[in-house]
Amino acid sequence: MNPSISIKAPLLSVTELSVSYTHRSVFNGVSFDLYPQERLALVGANGAGKSTLLRTLIGLNNQFQGQIVGFGQRCRQEREFQQLRKKVGFLFQDSDDQLFCPTVLEDVAFGPLNLGLSADAAQRKALQVLASLGMIEFADRITYRLSGGEKRMIALATVLAMEPEVLLLDEPTNGLDESAQQRLLAHLDGLSQAMIVVSHDRSVLERLATRAVLLEGGQLTKAVMHRHPHEHLHVHAEDRIAAGIHEQEHR
Amino acid sequence: MLASQLQAQHHLSRFSLSDPRVNILAAGIFALVAVLLTQWPALMLLLGLALLFNVMAGTRWRSVIKRLLAFETFMLLLVLMLPFSMPGETWFRLFGLSATIEGASQALTILLRANAVVLALLALLAIREPVSLGYGAAALGFPAKLIHLFMMTVRYIQVLGDEFQRLRNAMKARAFEPASNWHTWRSYGWLMGMLLVRSMERAQRIVDAMRCRGFDGSLYLRSQLLWRKSDSLLLLGLSLLALVPLVWQQFLE
Ligand SMILES: Nc1ncnc2c1ncn2[C@@H]1O[C@H](COP(=O)(O)OP(=O)(O)O)[C@@H](O)[C@H]1O
Ligand SMILES: [Mg+2]
Repeated sequence: MNPSISIKAPLLSVTELSVSYTHRSVFNGVSFDLYPQERLALVGANGAGKSTLLRTLIGLNNQFQGQIVGFGQRCRQEREFQQLRKKVGFLFQDSDDQLFCPTVLEDVAFGPLNLGLSADAAQRKALQVLASLGMIEFADRITYRLSGGEKRMIALATVLAMEPEVLLLDEPTNGLDESAQQRLLAHLDGLSQAMIVVSHDRSVLERLATRAVLLEGGQLTKAVMHRHPHEHLHVHAEDRIAAGIHEQEHR
Repeated sequence: MLASQLQAQHHLSRFSLSDPRVNILAAGIFALVAVLLTQWPALMLLLGLALLFNVMAGTRWRSVIKRLLAFETFMLLLVLMLPFSMPGETWFRLFGLSATIEGASQALTILLRANAVVLALLALLAIREPVSLGYGAAALGFPAKLIHLFMMTVRYIQVLGDEFQRLRNAMKARAFEPASNWHTWRSYGWLMGMLLVRSMERAQRIVDAMRCRGFDGSLYLRSQLLWRKSDSLLLLGLSLLALVPLVWQQFLE
């Protein structure tokens, strides 16, 4: 990896972090650093505690032991985490949790308003972010009428509107169809922020991650990403095969 | 979801294009008139007006009737109980209980009044996008807490409904058939309990998501309502129509 990166101070630094729910330990003594421009893949089985780790990192779960340092500032109390959350954007696993305003524009403007922007400035900011994601025509749509893929893109817009320096993505492509996934990934790939990405999806990790860690048995270990040639399954309509069209599609 | 079912798709009427404040105010005036009317002929006229509103709104009769039926089952109870529970002149006796004429007439009044109001609400309010009614109410100065409660309800009722449906389907998929036995009641109890727990967890996640975006207790609505001259005219027309039965009642007395 580029040696100049490791000289910089970490954006997020976690030391000996442990979380347990009612006597049952989820993970124990987890330590890692996130540096600028890094895209860290966090992998692990279902229930390994990946979501819990992300939530703890930004103070949504205050039952933890260990040390969390964000942007050089040790975070222990809610007030400190509030400052941290302004710089760390969190894309939730379920976009229905994230979009709660009546219309898309209000939802995207909600964060900027909380950051102290005026109503006009917040609206301009929201429109600008929507435009950058190619979602400008959705501004006046009602949030609960959107499709799953649209909801995820708007949820990303609500996070980006706060201009975070770090993005935490919890299974960003979960539940999306192939084309929605590709659209989302293309946008995520174009972002300059450091990221922690939780995903089971090989294509997500291949496309986004610069390094990986594995959460297993309550411990975090360095993981190696490697590529191996493999077959994969494509599905085509039968008549297309007959007409020989799919040969062209594969080129 | 509601609005689109109630109204024929091709038929977007004045009532669904006007400023939502028109609909809310007109519904309020209509309900007020309904409360003030006591005479049957005037109430009949009001019911007729409510039907006329439905014609003007272009509501689908099929869905209007479906909604009315649900309401009527509740009214049935009242109509059956009231004659027996009000004192007055005996009309007839049943199982040693006497039904009174006063009670029966009161029941009929309430039946007419309630049906007129429900029909008018269907034509004026139910055809609107719920969100736009929220904006209208906010612009009319309803308390902000109430508006946000309403908006959140609108937002999540569908999500909850989907969750309920998923749980129901999971039960059906394992050959659950409701019957009047202990197993059924216990299963429904679990279903409801599960729904409650999931809703609370979801509420917690929503609050978390709001905190992530710097929520500090205040919510904002972007009002983009525009009161046009045609809205004034529509409100005036609807109000005058609604007042006709009241004026007529004055003549009847
Ligand atoms: N609020 C909670 N109370 C008790 N246990 C929980 C709670 N939330 C999660 N868990 C448990 O913690 C473990 C980790 O969950 P989670 O972080 O969601 O895993 P992942 O995201 O890796 O699939 C799971 O075993 C889960 O059952
Ligand atoms: Mg998870």
